[in-house]
Amino acid sequence: MIKAILIFNNHGKPRLSKFYEHYSEDTEQQIIRETFHLVSKRDENVCNFLEGGMLIDGSDNKLIYRHYATLYFVFCVDSSESELGILDLIQVFVETLDKCFENVCELDLIFHVDKVHNILAEMVMGGMVLETNMNEIITQVDAQNKMEKSETFIFQSPRQDR
Amino acid sequence: MPAVSKGDGMRGLAVFISDIRNCKSKEAEIKRINKELANIRSKFKGDKALDGYSKKKYVCKLLFIFLLGHDIDFGHMEAVNLLSSNKYTEKQIGYLFISVLVNSNSELIRLINNAIKNDLSSRNPTFMCLALHCIANVGSREMAEAFAGEIPRILVAGDTMDSVKQSAALCLLRLYRTSPDLVLMGEWTSRVVHLLNDQHMGVVTAAISLITCLSQKNPEEFKTCVSLAVSRLSRIVSSASTDLQDYTYYFVPAPWLSCKLLRLLQCYPPPEDGAVKGRLVECLETILNKAQEPPKSKKVQHSNAKNAILFEAIALIIHYDSEPNLLVRACNQLGQFLQHRETNLRYLALESMCTLASSEFSHEAVKTHIETVINALKTERDVSVRQRAADLLYAMCDRSNAKQIVAEMLSYLETADYSIREEMVLKVAILAEKYAVDYSWYVDTILNLIRIAGDYVSEEVWYRVIQIVINRDDVQGYAAKTVFEALQAPACHENMVKVGGYILGEFGNLIAGDPRSSPLVQFNLLHSKFHLCSVPTRALLLSAYIKFINLFPETKPTIQEVLRCDSQIRNSDVELQQRAVEYLKLSSIASTDVLATVLEEMPPFPERESSILAKLKKKKGPGAVSGNELEEGKREGGELNGAGERPGDSSAIGASNASTPSPSADLLGLRSAAPVSAAPPSAGSLLVDVFSEAGPAAPAAGANDDGFLSSAPPSVVSEDPAPPLPESDELLNKFVCKNNGVLFENQLLQIGVKSEYRQNLGRMYLFYGNKTSVQFVNFTTTVSCPGELQSQLNVQLKPVDPLVEGGAQVQQVINIECLTVFSDAPLLNIKFRYGGALQNLTLKLPVAINKFFQPTEMSSHDFFQRWKQLSQPQQEAQKIFKANHAMDTEVLKAKLLGLGTALLEKVDPNPDNFVCAGVIQTKAQQVGCLLRLEPNAQAQPGEQMYRLTLRSSKDTVAKRLCELLAEQF
Repeated sequence: MIKAILIFNNHGKPRLSKFYEHYSEDTEQQIIRETFHLVSKRDENVCNFLEGGMLIDGSDNKLIYRHYATLYFVFCVDSSESELGILDLIQVFVETLDKCFENVCELDLIFHVDKVHNILAEMVMGGMVLETNMNEIITQVDAQNKMEKSETFIFQSPRQDR
Repeated sequence: MPAVSKGDGMRGLAVFISDIRNCKSKEAEIKRINKELANIRSKFKGDKALDGYSKKKYVCKLLFIFLLGHDIDFGHMEAVNLLSSNKYTEKQIGYLFISVLVNSNSELIRLINNAIKNDLSSRNPTFMCLALHCIANVGSREMAEAFAGEIPRILVAGDTMDSVKQSAALCLLRLYRTSPDLVLMGEWTSRVVHLLNDQHMGVVTAAISLITCLSQKNPEEFKTCVSLAVSRLSRIVSSASTDLQDYTYYFVPAPWLSCKLLRLLQCYPPPEDGAVKGRLVECLETILNKAQEPPKSKKVQHSNAKNAILFEAIALIIHYDSEPNLLVRACNQLGQFLQHRETNLRYLALESMCTLASSEFSHEAVKTHIETVINALKTERDVSVRQRAADLLYAMCDRSNAKQIVAEMLSYLETADYSIREEMVLKVAILAEKYAVDYSWYVDTILNLIRIAGDYVSEEVWYRVIQIVINRDDVQGYAAKTVFEALQAPACHENMVKVGGYILGEFGNLIAGDPRSSPLVQFNLLHSKFHLCSVPTRALLLSAYIKFINLFPETKPTIQEVLRCDSQIRNSDVELQQRAVEYLKLSSIASTDVLATVLEEMPPFPERESSILAKLKKKKGPGAVSGNELEEGKREGGELNGAGERPGDSSAIGASNASTPSPSADLLGLRSAAPVSAAPPSAGSLLVDVFSEAGPAAPAAGANDDGFLSSAPPSVVSEDPAPPLPESDELLNKFVCKNNGVLFENQLLQIGVKSEYRQNLGRMYLFYGNKTSVQFVNFTTTVSCPGELQSQLNVQLKPVDPLVEGGAQVQQVINIECLTVFSDAPLLNIKFRYGGALQNLTLKLPVAINKFFQPTEMSSHDFFQRWKQLSQPQQEAQKIFKANHAMDTEVLKAKLLGLGTALLEKVDPNPDNFVCAGVIQTKAQQVGCLLRLEPNAQAQPGEQMYRLTLRSSKDTVAKRLCELLAEQF
């Protein structure tokens, strides 16, 4: 099972956090900081698996992460998941984001947090993998966008709204 | 065209985010956020009804603020309102907010549940998926109660859309995890299993997670999934890379699903059906063959996906552990990976090989890679990988390579990362002991360990070396010589001083013949370290000195002078002062004979499981040390004359445990030592002493007192025994999983219990402590077995002294024989007069049927076979109950071990579950029992439940055990 999915940038600013187990808000923030600390100090060509930290503490959990340009994608999983399988999943997630946002960059994640959550929700649900087929995921996201488009005219709001 | 066009976001939101990003300081950011929160709050509270768009925008802002790490304490109601919108965008953002921010706020949950109910029945697949997602994300018990019945129906209905099916499968899984008691699969089982055959690979992907989890919990009901999984796997493995179209990932057909199928198969033993098994072996061979084919792509994703399947296939081969041919191929494949340029593969290969090393078919094959692994330990740049290499060396160690491996681990320790040093130390200590052929090597290794990594050598490790030296007289001289040499180093670790003090105090005479290590030289060497040491070590050294006086009378004047000096005899530390005073007195007034008796060499420690192994197990967490290994540890420990937990307690020297201020009589471990008890014992410490872990001296002392006291007949008290105390059942429950502790305490009296059981016999020591300063007179105790218990249990009470002085403690021995299975507990009545008033109380004696358990180790296969054999309804007792304590795995394990059964590791396919096996020994018969405890650890605290199932060849036993245990968790 996937326990948590975290995305943060090279400076440790969180860009997405999704916990599939309940923690208090403080603990969540602490986990993000600690995970960043653990992951960011590692060299580029060491392995992508890591034990240690609060999410791991005493259990059989592992951190599996990938570093893309300015962003770290970190999945915390238990021993029932294949390590390499999760690396593939991260790749699928990133490729999907790339297709959906057309050359995804950190800014897309910042300004479209809700979209990123939606895309993730098409892949992972309650900590388990729902779909791994990128085209299928994109089809679903597309359908949602169409629905959204068809509704936008209802709340036209050209005015300067804050 | 991109699926998300960048222009159509919400302008207000974008502006807000830009503002935040432009903030120059944290303070500015907080200020901006607070301003925005105030704005949103006023908008939500304002009179003007907000339109859907505004609500959506503000909720998005709140989400963003939450992500930055700020508490959001409002907006929940607005989000819930969005759920009932019939616009997709609004509904969707409402659900998003709830799944990110709502956990189990019970009032809101009811409203949310209403919205979900509407969406589930809307027949709009998009809305249904949103609702299912929300259930899966929140997953509270209220949701399970509301929807656990509905979701299986959606999952298997013929007209459900594929995407909804996928969501329903995972949603059901989540509910099953949080509230297994509410998800009743019964009628759906077969249809769920058949989802493995679904046309749509996405449905299979989602369903397999559900089926795997259900199979782990109910292997019997779901076993038909094995043949379906094998045929699905076979179709994927043999398909060309283009057959599966979109599910082909970098030229590898459906890698994720293949991995999951292989995982599912790991929940079961090898298929019994020959055809199915043949097909599976074929699949596994194909996967191994493909690893040798040239890659279809140079991309790392291609090899990743391919190897993900390969590692799972190898894991399955190791799990079956029955096909020597495949095992050797797996081992060779892993051997190749050990030298691969990808760090990930080296890491995983080391990890898989660890499990392979415990298979009898491949242990030898694994050993051939020793040089590569040692090299990895030395040269890998990544500590994760080095850690795995150390684990593997530990796993592949046996008699043939122990010396090499221990030497390599020792030399690695000098430069090892701090994070793994303590574990390395434990491992070296265990290997050195386990494979010690000559004990001089063992002593050398441990002393080296202390020299190299003294700070990481825990008490268990140095206790253990002392236990072993005391139990093996062939190594004592060597140990004394080696430790003497080690102490000559200008700076040596305090742990070395402790070991040195203890060993020289016991066996210094063995090297005293050499003028270079004459008694005075030994003493001066030890004393030169004294001032640099902490209080507990100094206390230990003082005890070594008094032992020296006995060993070498010529050192007496020197040592007495040391003891007499102000820094000892007036030391501000009470423990040190007490020792100095008592030892000085002892050495001046006791005759040589008395001294020799009191300060006699320590008796051998009784055999017990290595405490180091237990420590490593605790450190590594669940499953790290296999049952097999523990078993082996025990066996080896036996050979070695393995010794008790700590030499510290009740031994002359080790009484350095400053937290237990014991009177001198206990310090010396010999209550018969009359001259010493001249020091008045304080009441408090006597009571404390009883409850410290049992050392070997206590039972011996018990026997002593017994003989001494038996002359005093119990006086007769005419009053009838009082009825049992209302809390006596509760008191009894405390002792189901442990044998020692305080049974009862009030203002006058404290009763401590220590008990031990073997086969169908038990011996219990009761310690009655008088907490007052007034004596108890006419102190009598009786035990009765009401009703049928009389014919089930034979309880004999040794007499007890009728007079208990104020502040004193008396001990009573009870012998117990279990004739046949029983349910009730015997009653213990205590009567005495305190200041003229008769005290009369009745307790239950903490004897339950589980005390007569003999642990039984068995393999997973045997366990489930026996489980099946005991399938008649009356042979099973089951209880589902709320957790009373936190679900701490280690605590649970300790309790289950305390129950007396064997805790079987890696037997239950679900690692969260616990299974145990044992045989109850009674005079009339033996009763086999199997136990399974299933926690739903994922649930929120307060909603955590257990399902406890007991099966036993005798129906009353299962029932009774179930009652006893249900109170323990």
